[in-house]
Amino acid sequence: MNFAATLRIALLALRVNKMRSALTMLGIIIGVAAVIVMIAVGGGAQARVEDQIRSLGSNIIMVLSGSMTSGGARGGSGSQPTITEDDAYALNREIDEIQAAAPSLRGSGQVVVGNANWSTVFYGTSPEYLEVREWAVVEGRGFEQAEINGAGKVVLLGQTVAKNLFGDSSPIDQVVRVRKVPLTVIGVLERKGQNMMGQDQDDIILMPISTARKRVLGSAQQAKSRSVSSIMVKVKDGADMGAAEARMRELLRQRHRLQPGQDDDFYVRNLSEILQAQEASSKVMSLLLAAVASVSLLVGGIGIMNIMLVSVTERTREIGLRMAVGARARDILTQFLVEAVTLSLIGGTIGILLGVGGAMAIAELAGWRTELSGSSIVLAAGFAGAIGIFFGYYPAKKASRLLPIEALRYE
Amino acid sequence: MSAPLIRVEELTKDYVMGSNVVPALCGVSLDIAAGEFVAVMGPSGSGKSTFMNLLGCLDHPSGGRYWLDGQEVSQLSGDQLARVRNRKLGFVFQHFNLLARTSALDNVALPLLYSAMPPSERNRHAEQRLVQVGLAERMDHHPAQLSGGQQQRVAIARALVNDPQLVLADEPTGALDSRTSVEIMALLQQLNREGITIVLVTHEHDVAHFAGRIISFRDGKVIEDKTNAANDAAALLA
Repeated sequence: MNFAATLRIALLALRVNKMRSALTMLGIIIGVAAVIVMIAVGGGAQARVEDQIRSLGSNIIMVLSGSMTSGGARGGSGSQPTITEDDAYALNREIDEIQAAAPSLRGSGQVVVGNANWSTVFYGTSPEYLEVREWAVVEGRGFEQAEINGAGKVVLLGQTVAKNLFGDSSPIDQVVRVRKVPLTVIGVLERKGQNMMGQDQDDIILMPISTARKRVLGSAQQAKSRSVSSIMVKVKDGADMGAAEARMRELLRQRHRLQPGQDDDFYVRNLSEILQAQEASSKVMSLLLAAVASVSLLVGGIGIMNIMLVSVTERTREIGLRMAVGARARDILTQFLVEAVTLSLIGGTIGILLGVGGAMAIAELAGWRTELSGSSIVLAAGFAGAIGIFFGYYPAKKASRLLPIEALRYE
Repeated sequence: MSAPLIRVEELTKDYVMGSNVVPALCGVSLDIAAGEFVAVMGPSGSGKSTFMNLLGCLDHPSGGRYWLDGQEVSQLSGDQLARVRNRKLGFVFQHFNLLARTSALDNVALPLLYSAMPPSERNRHAEQRLVQVGLAERMDHHPAQLSGGQQQRVAIARALVNDPQLVLADEPTGALDSRTSVEIMALLQQLNREGITIVLVTHEHDVAHFAGRIISFRDGKVIEDKTNAANDAAALLA
C-alpha cells in the first residue's frame, strides 16, 4: 500500500469523526498560536531595546573625570577636572581601535530667542561628537574646524529645543542667546527620541567646545585649563571593546603620569554593557514566554495522544476488519500515525494563522510592538508535527499490535 | 480430480488460560474442493468458530498443517497471512462490520486499498460488485441508511471485491429476520453457482440446508461430514 492510499484512509477517518478531530486539534491550535504570539511579543520587546542601543550609538565608551577627596569626603565623578581636551585628541590619534573620540563640556542654562525661552542642557564639543553618537544634522550644517578653534558663535539645536523656540518655522541663521551669549543657529539635529531612562535626547544644544569654555561657561579657571567633563569614544565596528578599553586606560595613565599602584584619576564606562544587560534580560523574558507557550503545546500533544488512544479502543473492530481484509500491522501503524500527524499539522496551520493574526491584533489594539519571526513559525509548525509523531506513535503501535481475531471479536 | 482448495491435516488449536490449556480443536483433517458450498455446524464451544478463524488465516494453529490453494499457510508470518487474506479470501460477518459514516461504495472498496490495485480502478471494481449484489441504487448510502439485509449485501460485495477463491461467512444470517436470511442465502447460492467456494458457519439447520455439504463439529472434532441435497433459496422466495 502506498503513502497516498494511507493518507486517503487517514483523511477519510478524520472526516468521518469531524467533531472529535476538531476538538483534538484545538489543543494544538491554541499551543501553536500561543507560541507564535508570545515569541512575537518577546521579539518586539527585544527589538525595542536594540533600537535604544542603536539610538545611543553602539560601541560607546565614556571617559569621566575622577573624584576629588577633600577632608575625607569624596566628591562624585567629575568633581576633580582631570581629563582634558588634549586627552581626547590623543585617544583619537594613538589608538587604532578608536574610530572617534569627542571631548565635551557640559552645562545648562536658559536659551532665549525673542520672547520665547527654554531651559536646556548644552554640550561644548568637537565635530567628532556627532560621529560618535551617529547623529545626523537634518537641516543646515555641522561645525567647521575654524569654529572649533576660534570659539565660533554658532550652535546646533536638538529637535525639542528647536520646536519649543521656533515652532514650525526654520531656526537656521536665527540668533539665540544662551546664558546671554548670542549664538547663530547653523543646524538642527535629527530626532533621537527617548533614551532607555526615559530622558528626551532631543532636549539639547551643541556648540564648539571653545565657545562653551570661553564664552558661555566663562569661568576663569575653566577658561585657563583645557579640562572637560567627559570624553565620548566610539570604537570601530568589529574591534574588541575590552582591548580598546584597556589601551585607553593605559594611554590615559601615561598621559596623567600615574605611577604603577596609584589609582586611576578617571573613570571608564562602557555604556553598551548596560544596554546589553538589558537586552539579555529581555531575551530571558521572551524565552520565558516561549517556555510558557510550549507547555500549552505539550498539553495539546497529550490531548492528541489521549484522543488517539480512545480512538484506538473505540475502533478496535474497525482495526480487526481492516486486518481481516488484508491490512498488515504496519498499515495500521501508518494509518494511525498519519491520522495523528495530520491532526497536528492541520491544527498547526490553523494555529499559525491565528498566531500571526493575534500578534497583529495585539500590535493594533494594545499598541505593543510585536515582531513576527519566520523562525518561530517554522519552529511551532515543526514542533506540532513532532508532537503528532511522538504522541501518535504509542496509540498507533498499540493498534497495530492487536490480533485480528481478538480485534474482530471486541465488543 | 484436481488438488482441493482447502486441505487440513490434524489441525489443532489450544487456548492458554492462565495455567490451563483448553483444547478448542483436536485434530481435524478434511478437504474442501473448489466450487463447494459447505456449511459448518455445531453448538457453541464445538470448535466451529475456531476452525473458521484458522481457515480465514486470522489465527495461527497450534499444530497440524493447512494448505490453501496448494500453498501451505500454517507457517506464514503475520504479514504474509495479511497478504493471503487480501488476495484469496473474503469475509462475511454476523454483524456486518461495515465502517460507520462511510458510503457503501467506500466500504466495498476497502480491501482494495490494501491491494496493489491502482486507485482509478478501485471504484469501478467496487461499483461492479454492488451492482452484482443488487445495490446499484444505494452506492452513496451510509450503513445507518440501509436495512440489515442491505448492509449484509454491502458486506458480501466487500467480500467479493478482490475476486477471492474462498468466501468465509460467519453466521451471516444471525442478525437478520427469516425472509431476509433466505434472500442472503439465495445470493450466496448464486455466487456459488458462479464458481466461488463458500464456507458458512451457522447453528441453524434451516440455513445449513442451503449448502451442498454439511460438516458438524462437537468438542473440537468433526462428528459428521455429509453431502446434502441443497434447498434452492431463490425458489423459496418465488
